[in-house]
Amino acid sequence: MTTVTLKVNGKKHSVDIDPRTLLVQLLRENLRLTGTHVGCDTSQCGACVVHVDGQAVKSCTMFALSAEGADVLTIEGLANGEQLHPMQEAFREHHGLQCGYCTPGMIMSAIDIVKREGHDLDEKTIRRELEGNLCRCTGYHNIVKAIAAGAKVMKGGAKTGKPA
Amino acid sequence: MTTTGIGASVRRTEDQRFITGNGHYTDDIRLVGETFAYFLRSPHPHATLKKIDTTKASKMPGVIAIFTGADLAADKVGNLICGWAISSKDGSPMNMGPHPALAQGKVRHVGDQVAVVIAETLNQAKDAAAAINVDYGVLPANADPAKARDPKTAQVHDNAPRNTIYEWSLGDEKAVDAAFKNAKHVTKLDITNNRLVPNAMEPRAAIGDYDKGADSSTLWVTSQNPHVHRLVMAAFLGLAPENKFRVIAPDVGGGFGSKIFIYAEETVCLWAAKKLKRPVRWTSDRSEAFQSDAHGRDHVTHAEIALDDSGKVLALRVKTIANLGAYMSTFSSSVPTYLYATLLSGQYDIPAIYCEVDAVYTNTVPVDAYRGAGRPEACYVIERLMEVAAREMHMSPTELRKKNFIRKFPHQTPVIMAYDIGDHDATLTKAMEMANIKGFGARKQRSSQQGKLRGVGYSTYIEACGIAPSAAVGSLGAGVGLWESAEVRVNPTGSVEVLTGSHSHGQGHETTFAQLVSERLGIPMQQISIVHGDTDKVQFGMGTYGSRSGPVGMTAISKALDKIEAKAKKIAGHLLEASAADIEFKNGKFTVAGTDRSLAFSEVALAAYVGHKFPTAEIEPGLKEGSFYDPTNFTFPSGCHICEVEIDPETGQTKIAHWTAVDDFGVIINPMIVEGQVHGGVAQGIGQALLENCVYDSEGQLLSGSFMDYTMPRADDLPSFSVGTVVTKCPSNPLGIKGCGEAGAIAAPVALINAITDALGHEDIVMPATAQKVWQAVQKTYKQRHAAE
Repeated sequence: MTTVTLKVNGKKHSVDIDPRTLLVQLLRENLRLTGTHVGCDTSQCGACVVHVDGQAVKSCTMFALSAEGADVLTIEGLANGEQLHPMQEAFREHHGLQCGYCTPGMIMSAIDIVKREGHDLDEKTIRRELEGNLCRCTGYHNIVKAIAAGAKVMKGGAKTGKPA
Repeated sequence: MTTTGIGASVRRTEDQRFITGNGHYTDDIRLVGETFAYFLRSPHPHATLKKIDTTKASKMPGVIAIFTGADLAADKVGNLICGWAISSKDGSPMNMGPHPALAQGKVRHVGDQVAVVIAETLNQAKDAAAAINVDYGVLPANADPAKARDPKTAQVHDNAPRNTIYEWSLGDEKAVDAAFKNAKHVTKLDITNNRLVPNAMEPRAAIGDYDKGADSSTLWVTSQNPHVHRLVMAAFLGLAPENKFRVIAPDVGGGFGSKIFIYAEETVCLWAAKKLKRPVRWTSDRSEAFQSDAHGRDHVTHAEIALDDSGKVLALRVKTIANLGAYMSTFSSSVPTYLYATLLSGQYDIPAIYCEVDAVYTNTVPVDAYRGAGRPEACYVIERLMEVAAREMHMSPTELRKKNFIRKFPHQTPVIMAYDIGDHDATLTKAMEMANIKGFGARKQRSSQQGKLRGVGYSTYIEACGIAPSAAVGSLGAGVGLWESAEVRVNPTGSVEVLTGSHSHGQGHETTFAQLVSERLGIPMQQISIVHGDTDKVQFGMGTYGSRSGPVGMTAISKALDKIEAKAKKIAGHLLEASAADIEFKNGKFTVAGTDRSLAFSEVALAAYVGHKFPTAEIEPGLKEGSFYDPTNFTFPSGCHICEVEIDPETGQTKIAHWTAVDDFGVIINPMIVEGQVHGGVAQGIGQALLENCVYDSEGQLLSGSFMDYTMPRADDLPSFSVGTVVTKCPSNPLGIKGCGEAGAIAAPVALINAITDALGHEDIVMPATAQKVWQAVQKTYKQRHAAE
């Protein structure tokens, strides 16, 4: 066992872990933040996307120990109290989810896309940028609409619950 | 229409927990004292188990127990079953081979469960599984359904000679033969309907728990039908009596059919929990899912259609080999028979149809229902035949279809189904307008100028859903009734709980069901809770599949609401000193007809429970009613999908230029949700036609065992969709709903292949039409053109 110290959703944690523990396992098993999901074992599906030091990362592909000292933001830390992040609101407004399993990863990736590509996203850009996120329910149609709309609202300045 | 009533695109109630990471999927649940199960799976497609040596593995850190098939047999745990009996055409019953939850004596597919390790942590269980020494006697394997019945092919089950499960037929063979003799034109096609892996994003999972004090068992499981799980596990596997057994299917991350079935893993978790007196949990890896979730489709078909010289269809003849894999999964036998051949008539008036289906065992993962289940295969057969016949007869594919459309309803097909209503001209016409078919010639010319091939393909589909009238399916071999139940509980404060036997795993029932209740009772949606997925709360239910939750599940709710209204009127009548017959109920208010004397719904609810002044001889206190609704017919959603593609002949890349779907789902409760169902269904259909393929090599090794080599549709593989509707009200249920969950997956593959073959100018392409296959097919196109010049 070894100890990893990191910040998750603004709160500092020191956790004793088996060195082979993945970041997603630390989040789900040790910290019981089960909003981050695991949908595959080959880093293809993106259900596990979280932000590490402000960048989208597939948390199934990173050792928890590699997050030593890092600032991690998960879906649970996205809303500002009761006030949803604009991207969360956009997914609901545009029916960008059905079973909800891929949704946390989709939303975390979407926010990362906006950070990198700006607020005026065309359909082609969104579809290309979603390469790392799989959804089996929606056919992506409404996810694309949700991200375009969420990106525009984020222009007004989105406040996340805790700074990433 | 109110802002939340029937027909309103109400935003979904359930979304709040999903977008904030607060859903409760099975793997999110943790129990005190829990243990972790890990299954050792066969790397061989076919082998005897000569010896399983667990000596070393048992001594490894954290290991609590290792079990094999011998332990299950010693405890007399029953085999997994197939619940739909299909007889061969000679009357003999189907040959069901034994399906133990842990292999006994032999493994029959890659991924078959050899042993289970239960340990304190998952990593410890995995480490110990790697240390189990299995002595396999490797046998020749059989992976090709077309060759399964060859006498030289390896036998999967001793009791199924030539790997034959049944040789089934439907229809009038003599009438079909006679019609073919008189035909002016016959179109013939050989069709492979490719094997698919459902791949719901949430992998399957199960947690078994046993309470020694209460002698009761609980199973949390990724299930589309928790009551069916409980029934089968109690009655056939003998794991716990139904009255001491609770099954909970919490939030479930997609199903598409694959979570209907009763699997080995949940069986072992529940059994082991009782044996070890500790909770036992298991969550599938994605690579395990590829080796153990029931797959879909996998048909090899020869089909022929006979027409007169005007293009009127005279008869249809179909011969299909259906691969059911190594074991018969829960409903596998019904999929290539009564869910397939009964839909071969499509939207057309066809006087005679004959279909033979041989179901075979192979050394592959079991095959069962996957979104559409038999109906996409039927739609593919008839809609390919119609398109190709039109091309061969130099007729427009839409004109040929129109010549044969059914226009008088009800219509009895020669293959059991009695279509009740539809307007196929309306859906086709609307789709052609939305797809701007008039402009297709110009678009094709423009593509041609840029060196591209452009094509358009149609699919005018019909399906049977709202599964299903119990008497009808019972006469066809189903082991269960397919009604649905609902209970409406009105609380003293006027809030309402609706307990439904339907299960939502993405369909949005918590919203649409509440819309119905809100409209009927005139109370806000916030006062209505939809409860599902727990056998301790919901008395009984048959679950969600076959697009049945709207037409069957909601009708059960509607019938329970009728009873609530009737009783509430009695109570209101008593309170208002009027006869119940004189009470009108509208917009949440009970009024004495012709007066201004009225009571709000909440006042009547409260009075129902505060029964001080009740004439209890006439009216019992309380306001709670239930209903079991058994449909009188299947429902028949239908419509037209039009796909337009542009192929780059240099790369073989197919670009979907435009997708139009016009569907007739009857009355629609929530258009936003229905459109979402269409999008998702079409995406899965496009996946089948263009990208997805589950491949076994000739030795039975699974070659597409992960997302690295099984192509799931991604956002940039798909277009945005144009979706429209036509409404003919379903006559067989009071709500007029037909169901919408599977239509896209049924209609889409054939529309896409019809478009690709239109662009190619020949019919020589097999699903999935990958870039490589299309590039090869383009070479044939060039040869044809060269020969013509």
